[in-house]
Amino acid sequence: MTANKKPVLEVRGLSKTYGSTTAVDSISFEVRPNEIVGLLGPNGAGKTTTINMILGVLEPTEGSVTIETKDVLHERSEALERTNFAAVYSPLPGNLTVSQNLRVFGLLYDVPDLEQRIEQLFQEFELEQFKDTRCGVLSSGEQTRVSLAKATLNNPHLLLLDEPTASLDPSTAQIIRGKIRTYAAGGEGGVLWTSHNMYEVTDVCDRVLFLSHGKILLQGDPKTLPKEYGKKNLEELFITVAREPLLLESM
Amino acid sequence: MNFKRVYAIFLRQIYLVRGTATRFFQIFIWITVDITLWGFITKYLTGTAGAGFNFVPVFLGAVLLWDFSTNVMQGVTMLFFEDVWSRNFLNIFASPLKISEYVGGLILSGIVRSILALIVMFLLAMFFFGFSIFSFGISLAGFLLILFFFGIALGIIGVSIVLRLGPAAEWLIWPIPALLSPFVGVLYPLSVLPGWMQFIGQSLPPSYVFTGIREIVDGGTFPASTFFWGLVAALIYIVLAYMIFVKVYKKAVQTGLIARYSAETVT
Repeated sequence: MTANKKPVLEVRGLSKTYGSTTAVDSISFEVRPNEIVGLLGPNGAGKTTTINMILGVLEPTEGSVTIETKDVLHERSEALERTNFAAVYSPLPGNLTVSQNLRVFGLLYDVPDLEQRIEQLFQEFELEQFKDTRCGVLSSGEQTRVSLAKATLNNPHLLLLDEPTASLDPSTAQIIRGKIRTYAAGGEGGVLWTSHNMYEVTDVCDRVLFLSHGKILLQGDPKTLPKEYGKKNLEELFITVAREPLLLESM
Repeated sequence: MNFKRVYAIFLRQIYLVRGTATRFFQIFIWITVDITLWGFITKYLTGTAGAGFNFVPVFLGAVLLWDFSTNVMQGVTMLFFEDVWSRNFLNIFASPLKISEYVGGLILSGIVRSILALIVMFLLAMFFFGFSIFSFGISLAGFLLILFFFGIALGIIGVSIVLRLGPAAEWLIWPIPALLSPFVGVLYPLSVLPGWMQFIGQSLPPSYVFTGIREIVDGGTFPASTFFWGLVAALIYIVLAYMIFVKVYKKAVQTGLIARYSAETVT
């Protein structure tokens, strides 16, 4: 069903080189509305570099990123109005309270009826009791919920999640996954998700892209892809991608 | 330009200043020390020099105006440093915020901070040393405008330096006003400086302000040409500072510095 919809994200021939090092090597992919796409790969494969280029904080050496017809390089602000992100390495300022952070970022994303939207997010992410608490004193799980509340403030059509459940206990991670699934199913948004938890990826993602040495090595349905390559599960496939990428390329 | 985004940057600073007494008092501590110190020095000098010369407007007035400019600069840089300290670059620069809106927010912070500082300096100088900056008459507005623009330009240049060189470059920024003060003739006319220092001083807008103050104290009228050239120079500084910031920001996006700022990988 999502295949018929226009993509919310189109990445075409995207590359990033630092001197003689190629971090991302001419990758192309799309994310469609209501679709959750997993961007997988071992450490240093180029996942975060790709996300940074999509977010416009890193200029590609070649290629383009288009978010709903807006080119990120030339129409950065317009493209990012319909985008948002949460990353484990980019928490919200710990010296502001939850409601202050949401208000500041709500203004930055020009969210209409901001106060109402913030109240809605308090309910949705069970943050009511923490609204006047500084983010820096919240637990990892609570901070992740705040980050996700910020990431969905503007009802983005493209939601980027870089290891959103890292450092969360299994119970909290399951709740967060549920919220993201509900988000993707409910509106017009597509999600690009990176994770090292293959169980989670199998459970949540509609499609996965395996990155290795900056290239997309494999892609497909996380539930059927391992069998196509003679592997028991996604974790086993991941390990092969990390250790023997050439073997998979030859297949 | 989206003014909501400009306001968002400013609002964050309001929250921070309101939430921490340290940040609030930090605005007033140094100006209080400066006004007290120079207030007593000028009082002493006026007493010993007799009725011939009034040191108060020349020294205390000049120090007060220089502190105003310094506060504008600090208002701009402090807001940027808050992003550095809280590692907030990715959240801020991966939002739809435009560079002009970010700089607009920094300037708004500089305006409010400098107005607060000016009020406190005015009250201290007035009640403890009997000096009113309004004794400069209509010229005061012109002087403040030049110093305000120059403070903004210095702040933007300071932010560009830290963005380019990394968080450790913060220590380079705080002494900038102190380093410039000998060249702009806060306490003496440029003519007492050696030629090369005079040359630098003449290229700095505040030197026109302090020259103007001395002209007024010597019984002159509003120094219109001094004001005009000072204002032109200050505006040129702002344009140059903004161009430098945009260039540094673009370079930071090319190299990945924005995304990995705290790592200080780019030198």
